[in-house]
Amino acid sequence: MGLNTDKNSYTVIFAAVMVIIVGAILASFASGLSTRIKENERFEKQQNILYAMGVSENTADSPGSVNRIPTDKVEGEFTSFIKEQLIIDDKGKITKDDNAYLIDLKKELAAKKKGMPYKLPLFIGEKDAKKFYVLPMYGKGLWDAISGFISLDDTMTVQGVYFDHKGETPGLGANIKMRYFMDDFEGETIMKGTQYAGIAVAKGNNDPLNNTKDDNEVDALAGATITGNGVAAMIKESVNLYKDYLETIRVK
Amino acid sequence: MGLLTKKDAGLILDPLADNNPITIQVLGICSALAITAELEASVVMAISVIFVLGVGNVVISLMRNIIPSKIRIIVQLIVVATLVIIVDQVLKAFAYELSKTLGAFVGLIITNCIIMGRFEAFALANGPWKSFLDGIGNALGYGVILILVGFFRELLGSGTLFGVPVLGDPIEKTGLYATGYENNGFMIIPPAALIVVGIIIWVQRSRNPALVEEN
Repeated sequence: MGLNTDKNSYTVIFAAVMVIIVGAILASFASGLSTRIKENERFEKQQNILYAMGVSENTADSPGSVNRIPTDKVEGEFTSFIKEQLIIDDKGKITKDDNAYLIDLKKELAAKKKGMPYKLPLFIGEKDAKKFYVLPMYGKGLWDAISGFISLDDTMTVQGVYFDHKGETPGLGANIKMRYFMDDFEGETIMKGTQYAGIAVAKGNNDPLNNTKDDNEVDALAGATITGNGVAAMIKESVNLYKDYLETIRVK
Repeated sequence: MGLLTKKDAGLILDPLADNNPITIQVLGICSALAITAELEASVVMAISVIFVLGVGNVVISLMRNIIPSKIRIIVQLIVVATLVIIVDQVLKAFAYELSKTLGAFVGLIITNCIIMGRFEAFALANGPWKSFLDGIGNALGYGVILILVGFFRELLGSGTLFGVPVLGDPIEKTGLYATGYENNGFMIIPPAALIVVGIIIWVQRSRNPALVEEN
């Protein structure tokens, strides 16, 4: 080859061309696939909200695995179980909106931090004539964001949770989305007296079977201290965010 | 072997044992420690690396005569990152569940030193077909160790394999646990992987003394 690859001008041109080509490839992939990806994300949100309020395909003979409503059925199930979707804005005004579940909580929390107007979604579901209040959650794990949904009844007892994470360590922090961790939250109360205390993920609660439901604690995951603390902080922050609304529905 | 010459077969088979990237070249240790607490994660990581290293080696090999040597490391990095992102995007669109599992690995694949190591040491100096075989071979060698370590860590640390309990129920005390056996919590944390890898290296070198370095 007669090409002199050591010349500075060649290096610069090569770098520029490479960046353009790679950029074009990535951009075309991203825009070509974005509708499908958005659709998948939307279904997943519906699945997670339903899972938190106990609408899932979990059966007695699969005690260890998480079985959410399949994506092809989730749209219909979502409309039949979620009776109301509310938006609570920063002034405490409550409006109904059937697309509230599409709100990106991460953006709203960022706006709140900056002191800008924000809106928080809340979902009211009904199953077996019982009302479920499903709150979204968003927080920090060890490596990246963690998020999820928590469903409460009118006594502020947890009816179910769903956790998700972006990049927690597989086998350690990533286990927050395992049944054995999520199931522990069921039946726990988020109240300590009249305080919205949330639920701590505690290492020394001496209750691995989780028989004590009023201690505001669940058993932690070994080797995932920071992710666990992140989950606890996320729950506490989220229930306090909705405190004013929850006060109006809480049975005292 | 009809399809492969003896030398080509060596490219695939050597890294599986006597020139293993993890146990002999001691590359890729970081991800071997990080993600082997579960067998499933080990398998997913092994498959991802096989794909990225196989394809990446070919791409780098095709470009080897036009890459300016001054910025070759950056070029290699861009190739890996592009491949990984494309895979991630395609999975997100067509196999969403799988892409969630893979999410945590994306960063780990890009920084895996085996990938950069093979680009630098092999693909820059050899043709595409040889580079492809070398990539697959090294990724398989990496994957074998990963799966071995993952097997022992998940079995001894959690009493499960692929998330399925195999030793009984530690809380209800059934199966092996009825005899007083307990899961070893140490196996779940990364230092345990170092010990398991160490034991594998020990076994391998005592079976083949030619691998032991002279001092």
